[in-house]
Amino acid sequence: MNIIVSIKQVPDTNEVKLDQTTGTLIREGVPSIINPDDKAGLEAALRLKDQYGAHVTVLSMGPPQASVALREALAMGADEAILVTDRKFGGADTWATSSTLAAAISKLDYDLIITGRQAIDGDTAQVGPQIAEHLSLPNVSYAEEIWLEGDSIKVKRQYEDRYHIVRVKMPCLVTALSELNEPRYMTPGGIFDAWQKDITEWHRDDLKIDDSNIGLKGSPTRVKKSFTKAVKGKGTVVTMDSQESANWLADRLHDKFIL
Amino acid sequence: MNFELSNEQQMARELFQSFAEKEVKPLAQEIDEQERFPSESVEKMQKYGFFGIPIPKEYGGQGCDVLTYILCVEELSKVCATTGVVVAAHTSLASDPILKFGTEEQKKKYLVPLATGKAIGAFGLTEPNAGTDASGQQTKAVLEGDHYVLNGSKIFITNGGKADIYVIFAMTDRSKGVKGISAFIVERSFPGFSIGKKELKMGIRGSSTTELVFENCIIPKENLLGQEGKGFNIAMATLDGGRISIAAQALGIAEGALDETVKYVKERKQFGRSIAAFQNTQFRIADMKARIDAAQLLVYRAALAKQKGGRFSVEAACAKLFAAETAMAVTTECVQLFGGYGYTRDYPMERMMRDAKITEIYEGTSEVQRMVISGALLK
Amino acid sequence: MWKVVRKMNKEDYKGIFVFAQQVDGKLENVSYELIGKSKALAKDLGCEVTAMLLGHNVEPLCKQLAKYGADRVILADDPALEVYTTEPYAYVITEIIKKYKPEIALYGATAIGRDLAPRISARIHTGLTADCTGLEIEEETKNLLMTRPAFGGNIMATIACADFRPQMATVRPGVMQRQSPNEGAACKVERFSLPDVASHVNVEVLEVIKKVSTKMDIQDATVLVSGGRGMGGPENFGMLEELADALGGTISSSRASVDAGWVEKDRQVGQTGKTVRPNLYIACGISGAIQHLAGMEDSDVIIAINKDPSAPIFEVADYGVVGDALKIVPLLTEQVKKSQAEKKNA
Repeated sequence: MNIIVSIKQVPDTNEVKLDQTTGTLIREGVPSIINPDDKAGLEAALRLKDQYGAHVTVLSMGPPQASVALREALAMGADEAILVTDRKFGGADTWATSSTLAAAISKLDYDLIITGRQAIDGDTAQVGPQIAEHLSLPNVSYAEEIWLEGDSIKVKRQYEDRYHIVRVKMPCLVTALSELNEPRYMTPGGIFDAWQKDITEWHRDDLKIDDSNIGLKGSPTRVKKSFTKAVKGKGTVVTMDSQESANWLADRLHDKFIL
Repeated sequence: MNFELSNEQQMARELFQSFAEKEVKPLAQEIDEQERFPSESVEKMQKYGFFGIPIPKEYGGQGCDVLTYILCVEELSKVCATTGVVVAAHTSLASDPILKFGTEEQKKKYLVPLATGKAIGAFGLTEPNAGTDASGQQTKAVLEGDHYVLNGSKIFITNGGKADIYVIFAMTDRSKGVKGISAFIVERSFPGFSIGKKELKMGIRGSSTTELVFENCIIPKENLLGQEGKGFNIAMATLDGGRISIAAQALGIAEGALDETVKYVKERKQFGRSIAAFQNTQFRIADMKARIDAAQLLVYRAALAKQKGGRFSVEAACAKLFAAETAMAVTTECVQLFGGYGYTRDYPMERMMRDAKITEIYEGTSEVQRMVISGALLK
Repeated sequence: MWKVVRKMNKEDYKGIFVFAQQVDGKLENVSYELIGKSKALAKDLGCEVTAMLLGHNVEPLCKQLAKYGADRVILADDPALEVYTTEPYAYVITEIIKKYKPEIALYGATAIGRDLAPRISARIHTGLTADCTGLEIEEETKNLLMTRPAFGGNIMATIACADFRPQMATVRPGVMQRQSPNEGAACKVERFSLPDVASHVNVEVLEVIKKVSTKMDIQDATVLVSGGRGMGGPENFGMLEELADALGGTISSSRASVDAGWVEKDRQVGQTGKTVRPNLYIACGISGAIQHLAGMEDSDVIIAINKDPSAPIFEVADYGVVGDALKIVPLLTEQVKKSQAEKKNA
């Protein structure tokens, strides 16, 4: 069985802090990690490998330093790693990203493609289903559990207030939630082995894809501007009677979109 | 001279760091208070190969270098000195001598389970009357046909009771003095071997430190490690390596203490500002940082010297002497910077100070390290 | 995907289409919110707002959509659309969009919308912006400007899709305003039938299981209502649970409450408890000792209620009320429930 896992190296956005004086993000010193949803997808693939002897290929589109994330995936137990990298892929929105990844994946043999549901920097949750569309594959998103059943995949598909248990024939694509599992650690020996392996690099000319579908030029959506949310100023403390206090608090919850 | 870690070592350090934060740190307080062995994290470490880091792959180990193993002990000790010494004693004091001095059969039978995390190891040299003067071994081993009969006791044995495989030293020929000591591989299940008193200690309270009692304990002849009479050399060579791991433990304790203190002094406010704004605090932290960095370099130098092969006793002794005294000084200073909160169990500082002390004592007291270093220079 | 892209003729595209998400024959709140926002956008564009309603035996819902402002409903009723799976929904909506050519198509950023919209956007090759919290029409170009959080919520980005149509977005539920209901309203209903929807089903739904709520781990909760010594006793934690329930969160506590035996240790926030970073942390009767603050000061919004105006908790609170939590909390719960009922009433 051939499984392809698509991963993204992201800054750990939980560790990003706002500079209180300038109102900008402090990005240096923020560690780069494998996107949590993707890591869960990789773990799911590795469990299928443990159980059924699958071959697991990890793929990532990114700048050269994304190879570190691929190394980590190899150290966890993936068999092969491919970095899809080229200046020309830069500035891509989800259409261009998914097109590029689909072009890369179509060079490989696969029964199952696993991606994370969403990346903690882009937060779109779009690339997985879009890859499936480009490859004309059925997709199941928000997988909380994945099983193999003959020539099909069974998924516990999460919704806000319920689950569906669904079955889909391979080849197909599944997007994983970080709730799916507790990803394994690397082993020290696995790390040393991973750095002995070669990571295949594919550049623009290695992919059959038109320039009008890649990078900034190939992106239907563009960022017009980005800004940080207002710096947290000093809080407000009030003294009122109980009913007024309750009303005041409820209004504040409205302000913050909590109510 | 390259002061940077290799890609592999850097990634390994990140692995140990994240494991220590997520799996070891949450238990540290509890296992100290309850004086219990950290079984939960030990099981996980066994699964991920942390118990066989420098052991070659052919014996089920991870096949990494000495420095990577030392990084593991350092990172674990930053959050829990107990967990650090469980790995250190197992690897340096049990696995290493079998790797260095064992026969192929012995390695297959004992090194593989140690390296793959199926068994925990321990080292039994110290006796009630043989501490720093280790040559005064009272435990006796008498050859009777196809087996030895072992009588005596060992005390202060780390991983005692939790280990399955013990490297034990005993006198086989009293007339030869130091050259009459031999080393044996003893399984927990051998008849006549029992675990005695469990020590109640000042620090590393989760580490299982016990007495070992041998009453006509039967040991198969094949379990003699190395040759008869070579035991003392084996013990000394093993302790040379163990010293580096204890130096790493001390280093980790000091680093962990400084990290916690830096966080605290930035938050704690007195006299209208954080105490980090006071020059006394700043200077003390600067002094500690410089000492810790020096200790780290000594520890890494010793690890690289061991990796290279050849002699490394002086490097190891310097590392342990300096790192242990640094750990004691740094943790004492840090408790002071925490003030009253440093004395209470709400914060980990008092535990770190209690943990630090043992690094000046076991696997060769600081006095022994001084003997080793001066001995090499003044001979 | 490998073909050269042909830019679309934007003049051909007119109107705002909204995916009216329904489950089990009940419309989701976000559907009304999308219509409400679309009506405002439609004023700027001078066009109509159409709801796309997919399902089986869902015609009665058309009235609801009209009540909340839809000018037209396109109704696709088919047995294969009764339970959501990606492909039949994507197929039907793509055909609707191909036929009607709306300039804007909006979906709720729900577990359905965030699966469905990307599939559609890739099929028709247009831009899609996720989880928007702001929508407006740009003066000069009449393009839709879509504002959304990114980078884990640390920044906001404004996105435009200048050259492709329809401009598509998934919109965060609970942000846009629905219109006040117009009781007697009616609107056009156009049936959209396709003969072969069933043949597009490629995922089998074997089971549908509704969720049962269990006690949330405080580190997973998005809302924490936390009680300290000022709560006086365990019997008063009930009001904290009510408030937490109403807000979709759970209760937590300071160390004092745990030591006093009022709550279980797994509820404890602080140096010797757990560190939490919920969206909302309401500290009731908690003084805010340094050991407690260490465990919660990274929460997004901190509210504090305490009788003592000099309590250190007020230094980290965004909104602080000096008063008696025992009196204020039940009143706040009332306000919260009232506000939610107003939203739900359909």
